[in-house]
Amino acid sequence: MRHGDVMRYIGTTPAQRAEMLRTIGVEDVEALLERIPSKARLGRELALPPALAEGELVAHLRALAGENAHTDGYVSFLGAGACDHYVPSVINHLLLRSEFFTAYTPYQPEASQGTLRTIFEYQTMICELTGMDVTNASIYDGGSALAEAALMAHGVTERDQIVVSAAVSPLARRVVATYCAGPRLPIKTVPWVDGVTDLDALRRSVSAKTACVMVQYPNFFGALEELDAAAALAHEHGALLVVAVDPISLAVLRPPGEAGADIVVGEGQGLGNHLTFGGPYLGLFSCRKELVRRMPGRLVGATVDHDGRRGFVLTLQTREQHIRREKATSNICTNVALVALAATVYLALMGKEGLRRVAGLSTAKAHYAAEALGRVPGVEPRFGAPFFKEFALRLPKSPDRILRALRKQRILGGVALGQFDRQLRDAILVAVTERRTRAEIDAYAEALASVVA
Amino acid sequence: MHGYDKLIFELSVPGRVGHSLPEADVAEADLARLLPGRHLRTPPADLPEVSEFDVVRHYTRLSRMNYGVDTHFYPLGSCTMKYNPKVNEDMARLPGFACLHPLTPEEAAQGALRLMGELGDMLAEIVGMDAVSLQPAAGAQGELTGVLLIRAFHLDREGSPRKKVLVPDSAHGTNPASTTIAGYQTIQLKSDANGEVDLLDLERHLDEDVAVFMITVPNTLGLFESKILEVTGMCHAKGAQVYMDGANLNALLGITRPGDLGFDVVHMNLHKTFTTPHGGGGPGAGPVGVKTHLTPFLPVPVPTRDGDRYRLNWKRPKSIGKLQSFWGNFGMLVRAYTYIRTMGPDGLRAVSENAILNANYVKARLERHYDLPYPGHCMHEVVFSARRQKRLGATATDIAKRLLDLGFYAPSIYFPLIVEEALMIEPTETESKETIDGFCEAMIQIAGEAETAPETVLAAPLTTPVRRLDQTLAARQPNLRWTRGPSAVGSGPVAAQGPGSPIAR
Repeated sequence: MRHGDVMRYIGTTPAQRAEMLRTIGVEDVEALLERIPSKARLGRELALPPALAEGELVAHLRALAGENAHTDGYVSFLGAGACDHYVPSVINHLLLRSEFFTAYTPYQPEASQGTLRTIFEYQTMICELTGMDVTNASIYDGGSALAEAALMAHGVTERDQIVVSAAVSPLARRVVATYCAGPRLPIKTVPWVDGVTDLDALRRSVSAKTACVMVQYPNFFGALEELDAAAALAHEHGALLVVAVDPISLAVLRPPGEAGADIVVGEGQGLGNHLTFGGPYLGLFSCRKELVRRMPGRLVGATVDHDGRRGFVLTLQTREQHIRREKATSNICTNVALVALAATVYLALMGKEGLRRVAGLSTAKAHYAAEALGRVPGVEPRFGAPFFKEFALRLPKSPDRILRALRKQRILGGVALGQFDRQLRDAILVAVTERRTRAEIDAYAEALASVVA
Repeated sequence: MHGYDKLIFELSVPGRVGHSLPEADVAEADLARLLPGRHLRTPPADLPEVSEFDVVRHYTRLSRMNYGVDTHFYPLGSCTMKYNPKVNEDMARLPGFACLHPLTPEEAAQGALRLMGELGDMLAEIVGMDAVSLQPAAGAQGELTGVLLIRAFHLDREGSPRKKVLVPDSAHGTNPASTTIAGYQTIQLKSDANGEVDLLDLERHLDEDVAVFMITVPNTLGLFESKILEVTGMCHAKGAQVYMDGANLNALLGITRPGDLGFDVVHMNLHKTFTTPHGGGGPGAGPVGVKTHLTPFLPVPVPTRDGDRYRLNWKRPKSIGKLQSFWGNFGMLVRAYTYIRTMGPDGLRAVSENAILNANYVKARLERHYDLPYPGHCMHEVVFSARRQKRLGATATDIAKRLLDLGFYAPSIYFPLIVEEALMIEPTETESKETIDGFCEAMIQIAGEAETAPETVLAAPLTTPVRRLDQTLAARQPNLRWTRGPSAVGSGPVAAQGPGSPIAR
């Protein structure tokens, strides 16, 4: 057995191990492995690179990290489901409180009140933003939350058909399709027109077979859908309305709960979490209180302890896999509690006024950028609908080439939309957060002008 | 931190500010002019108004109401609560990883893609599989991925996904729950007198309708399935696939590999075996390893090596699709990669050998004090029964609560379901002998108290921020969010509910 570096994560010394073997009454560890069939034993060392000392390892990982065009070294206009909103310093300091990050799921509530209380606060904050009655402790990400909503709508309505707008993130729709394969739920996709859901097509698609209608608000193109109309169409046929949201937008936009949404899901990454190449992110999941017993995932509730003091516990667990097994509302167990904690701290720091300012600044700067970039000869807005912090631009040349040229000027200019929809192969999606300055936007417009010229 | 009873909302004072944001530097910043009025919200969301210092002190105080691995021994069976190395945290926070957008073009994200490619290769070697998908976000999503891969495989080969999934009665609850989402019926098999798969019962249920047998190795009793080669052979003879729940992989590193045992699919919990933190309930990561015949069905995109470059390969017509919007819990992948490169092959082997040694040491020290329903050497965890103590009036729950008072987190209790009053203990390799001895002495003390002073055990915990909580009230009158006003349990003082309210015991 090797000593030194790798043994720093092993708790016992060789002398202690010898003593422990004597207590057990065996010669060596090998004697404890008697149940493993000898022909199934590996019989060699794993073919892995040798251990690195911490200093060597850090240098190696820094080199790997250094190859990536990250938003600290580039000016980023990338969105499409993840955005670089500013992450306040406090968040990392609190996440690194190891009583939070090295704790397990709060199954022993007396020794987990810190985690339980933060989840209760998180549930409250997300209910406030979405205008819904109940929020769960989290789902993995926005895509899997949307997929869970499809399964829940199927469970609630006992209907099969899922109607989804083509203006919902194509990546999230792919997750929905994956989750719907097992129960064989057919998915009907409603086209967009001018960047928003085609309501006439939606009207033709919804029927008594429809479990739910799914729209995104603001949608994948950043545009604002008419939620009241979508809710009316869904409810007319007894279907649920599922709305996928950007929670930051809900500081200024009307909450979907007011428009009649039955389930609200969303990607919560922007609430104090870094981009981290796509995960871990935060799946928001809220619903009306009448539906709570069909809800997936953990819920924290308030109660009292033996002495009458307020305390918090995991509750309504008879929905969950460890109790109901094959009859559970979902298979989810580990979720993303620590990411939800980051969101809770973020929302506490921003508060009532700060979150409105984040949303307002993003909107204002996005509109300024749309105008500045739209003035570049040959470049024009792809759609006319009102938008929040993202918008699509039509470019006069290959978007991939233009984006590559912009990268040479340390600008991440947007996401090429052709990879998701062939109709949009001449377009890019541009996202603008409160972090972008007017000078950066002007520089982007100037660079774009020189690249397309 | 006893006595601190506030929620963040209860610290709120109108006008107090905790944020720092830039001033508007563009001309038009009035939302009412930028967006149609029907889309605008009134009134604002009722978020707290607190200062930055309020936030820091509040959450620091709350953190102190938790037991974590860094503060307490966490012998939670099946959860592998080992030390989470600090350098892993630093590496995941390097700006080149933490500030990398998932839709950055491949040519500008080569370092991240290389890390994913190399981690996939290393995990494949560790579990003896041909390919690994890093996309699943947690163990349960790994299970769903695995069963969907098998569904796609049968559908492709036989034109039908088959109908049934077999699981042992000792299985994790996620196995049958994942099976249901994948569209299958779950059949539960009995364990034999040794706690292993009953081959006769397996034979009885194995037919051409069985898509897959899902089994945990070592099983949830902490025992290695000694007839595993027969089990995988029997399944394959009927055209069924065999899935290994890798929750207990910490027992097998460098000793034996799921692929060599005959498994077609395995999921790994990076937050168990590979030291990524549990975070109070996630995020985790649940990569899935498969044999060659299942690779066409893997989730898209697949990080693929092209000479010395990596790309995300979407051209996989038989793929089951996607499990998450992006590529997986990359931050967790960085931590696991860091850990594997820290340990090397000999280090990983030492992990499992010491995890097994420590569990058998706990077993040896406690077997006279607690009933051991399945004797013999265990692997990385040991399952006792508190049925003897229950007859004296102290249940597994009571023992767990008493441990909290004695400075330890509790074992997993009441799981696996086939053990009465189960106490499932997993010490892991990272604990010292001194800590393990302290835990064993606490367990022996509690066994003694159950005989001589059961009221001490029943009254526990006394030293935690709250005492036993009323689960029945929580479920009967769900109070799932804070509201203004004194009436609800979640808000204001709770004296109204009074000390007389019913408690589980």
